[in-house]
Amino acid sequence: MDTQPILATLRRHKLIAVLLALLVALTCAIVCNVTFMIRQQIALTDLPSGVAENQLVMIESVNLDRQANQIEAHKTDLAALRMIPGVKSAAAVLSLPFTGINWSSSVPPGRDAPGNVVASLFNGTPGEVETLGLKLIAGRDFRPDEYIPLDSAHGEDGINHVPAAIVTRALAERLFPGQNPLGKSIWPGNGAVRIVGVVNHLLRPGVDAGNDNDYSVLLSMLPDTASITYVLRTAPQNRARVLKQAKAVLYRVDGNRVLRDAMTFTELRAHYFRRQRSMIGLLLASALGLLLVAALGITGLANFWVQQRTRSIGIRRALGATRANVLHYFQTENFLIVTGGIVLGVILAIGLNLLLMAHYQQPRLPLWYLAVGAVALWILGQLAVLAPALRAAAVPPVVATRSV
Amino acid sequence: MFGYYLDLALRSFRRNKVLTTLMVLALGLGIGASITTLTVLRLLSGDPLPQKSARLFTPELNPLTAKDSSGAGPAPMGDLVAYVDAMNLLRAHKAQRQAAMALTGVKISSPRPNQSPFFSNGVMTTADFFAMFDAPFQYGTGWTAQSGQDAARVVVIGQRLNDKLFGGRDSVGKTIRVNDRDYRVIGVLRHWAPQPSFYSVSLSQDSSYGNGDSVFMPLRSARADKMGPESVNCWQSAAGSLETSPSCAWLSVWVELVEPSGAQAYRTFLANYVDAQIAAGRFHLHQQWLPNLMGFLAQQQVVPDDAFLQTWLAFGFLLICVVGTVGLLLAKCLGRAHEIGVRRAMGASRVTLFAQFMVESALVGIAGGVLGLGVAELGLWEIRHEPVQYAHLAHLDPAMFLATFAVALVASLIAGILPAVRACLVAPAPQLKSV
Repeated sequence: MDTQPILATLRRHKLIAVLLALLVALTCAIVCNVTFMIRQQIALTDLPSGVAENQLVMIESVNLDRQANQIEAHKTDLAALRMIPGVKSAAAVLSLPFTGINWSSSVPPGRDAPGNVVASLFNGTPGEVETLGLKLIAGRDFRPDEYIPLDSAHGEDGINHVPAAIVTRALAERLFPGQNPLGKSIWPGNGAVRIVGVVNHLLRPGVDAGNDNDYSVLLSMLPDTASITYVLRTAPQNRARVLKQAKAVLYRVDGNRVLRDAMTFTELRAHYFRRQRSMIGLLLASALGLLLVAALGITGLANFWVQQRTRSIGIRRALGATRANVLHYFQTENFLIVTGGIVLGVILAIGLNLLLMAHYQQPRLPLWYLAVGAVALWILGQLAVLAPALRAAAVPPVVATRSV
Repeated sequence: MFGYYLDLALRSFRRNKVLTTLMVLALGLGIGASITTLTVLRLLSGDPLPQKSARLFTPELNPLTAKDSSGAGPAPMGDLVAYVDAMNLLRAHKAQRQAAMALTGVKISSPRPNQSPFFSNGVMTTADFFAMFDAPFQYGTGWTAQSGQDAARVVVIGQRLNDKLFGGRDSVGKTIRVNDRDYRVIGVLRHWAPQPSFYSVSLSQDSSYGNGDSVFMPLRSARADKMGPESVNCWQSAAGSLETSPSCAWLSVWVELVEPSGAQAYRTFLANYVDAQIAAGRFHLHQQWLPNLMGFLAQQQVVPDDAFLQTWLAFGFLLICVVGTVGLLLAKCLGRAHEIGVRRAMGASRVTLFAQFMVESALVGIAGGVLGLGVAELGLWEIRHEPVQYAHLAHLDPAMFLATFAVALVASLIAGILPAVRACLVAPAPQLKSV
């Protein structure tokens, strides 16, 4: 179609054309960035935790007798918990993915190795790997003799003399790129800890937008705190029953405690990402609202334009233009204006992204978002103009003879 | 004249129902989104003690070496200080009032039988806390400096705990069990939950916008009963207890000063104190800060980034809505060239026409404001169901109610300027010809 007459007309209606293009440009800038934010939030909620999520239940116990030997108390509790029918295995741990209880430490690959890689440390009773359902992709689980002796210091000081560690693949690749990590050492404290195994995934207790969410280290060290989380592995259909029985069993073993946060791992995950989910909902609603407003604006203006040019449409029809010609005329006009808007919008989108990168730690907007945004706006523009364009096409040639 | 413009505006709305509805809808959505996020932002960045915040200060010290504190930003420890520093600052009595505090999770058992124990948030602090922060007492009073020194087992409880344990009655003199020790209630606060909870910012991970703390105990008594602070920051391997270790920070100190002379004097005192500590080999850098309450909240970046981001997003949304409305108004006004021509020919001046069109835009704005109010209420209702600490605070107050209409009017008048100017510029003669 010849665009010459369209451009000529647009030159005579600069103001409305510019407004339409501006509307499209602003929408493009904001919607591209909002879509990118939504994508990031979704990526976060999709991270694999590495544990057998649909088979785990947890319960947190706080022993109120601070003088008690906590390691012994955990052992007694675990023995009782393993007796519950349906429990495949059980472990006591300080922390799990999504609990937010984070013990972070730098884990240099040598005593004074340069660079600073920070990982989350996990400790737990023997059988932790098996109970959590972690997938060992190299090496082995801890041997019983590798756990540090009961009478030596645990907790913060334990990392100075713990002998063995199991690391995640992501961490191994970060610390020893291209090498076999088994037998190598990390230095979380002031001694070397030998890597005996590598697991597929184990998410850190708290996740964020960075790329270090899978940097975890399991240590052959027992938790010794009064506040402890028991993890039980069972068949998915038994989870509710096992959780209920576990509560009763723990109170029976020792009543001087507070039990809290009894839940399945599925619930823990859902709970952890509540905020992300509502953020996604909000962003989605605002993106849709924006597109709606833009579409309403385009339709409204196109409608008005058709109304104003009814007579000239009639003349064109009387001079031999077909309905299809008129329809295409308005569609092409819309395409040209939207294209102008998109060009401006892409520049604005990149500017907005740079602003967000400077102030809110947003990553760089991948360019293909702009391409998708452009296509979406072209489609939106064509949909919005369709009804007014059809109305224009329906104008009969006889209008040309009236009221002139 | 104004009445006549209103009449004209209503007639024009009736003629152009679709365009008018679209405009109101666009403005309403944009205004609703902006007011929702603004309400949240205002609530998060509010002044917790407006009558007093300018006079409350918190000293911040830096015990780290230059190497350790590099890249940590200003005040690497926040306002956390070690026990020895807190006590030195309190004993100096250089301020009108001063208190040290830390948060602790406590187990509370009810004096009533068959109510199981529960966890709650406690504050361990010193005698001046209540008077300095204007905490309102419903019954009883706080403790004296002397009974604080004597580690008396006394407690001030919050309103919600009093409701829960004693049905809201005067419980002064009664006993509650805190971590299995008997504490005598000597005071009950009226509802008191400053937002943000400024004194908790450094003392706990995530309690900047809570529902108020429930028990307040003398620092010495709580520590004698082995209650531990929620946040401890040690910069050297620690030996001994939290009280004796000179390199573990776990207390905040707040002081009430007479502005502005008091603040200057206190800064000098603090600088001298740091000099003395450097001479004693404890500190290494001549660094100390004394922000006031609002300065401290800004420094600690208490307001979450999410809230700012959402506000920017909402105003971007409003901008698009305004641009859309400009377009629609323009379309409407160009369609009325005949009417404008007639009015001009009959003697209406450009100014009157301008006024007429602005009245019309304002009317659209007010309708958009009403719709926006509905949208904002919906948005805030949604936020109250969100899993954030400040959810329960999200309500539209009278100021934001008025702000809604102010924003609506400003937005619609800005949107109306361009179409109104275009309307004034219509030349009457050509329009009259073709009628």
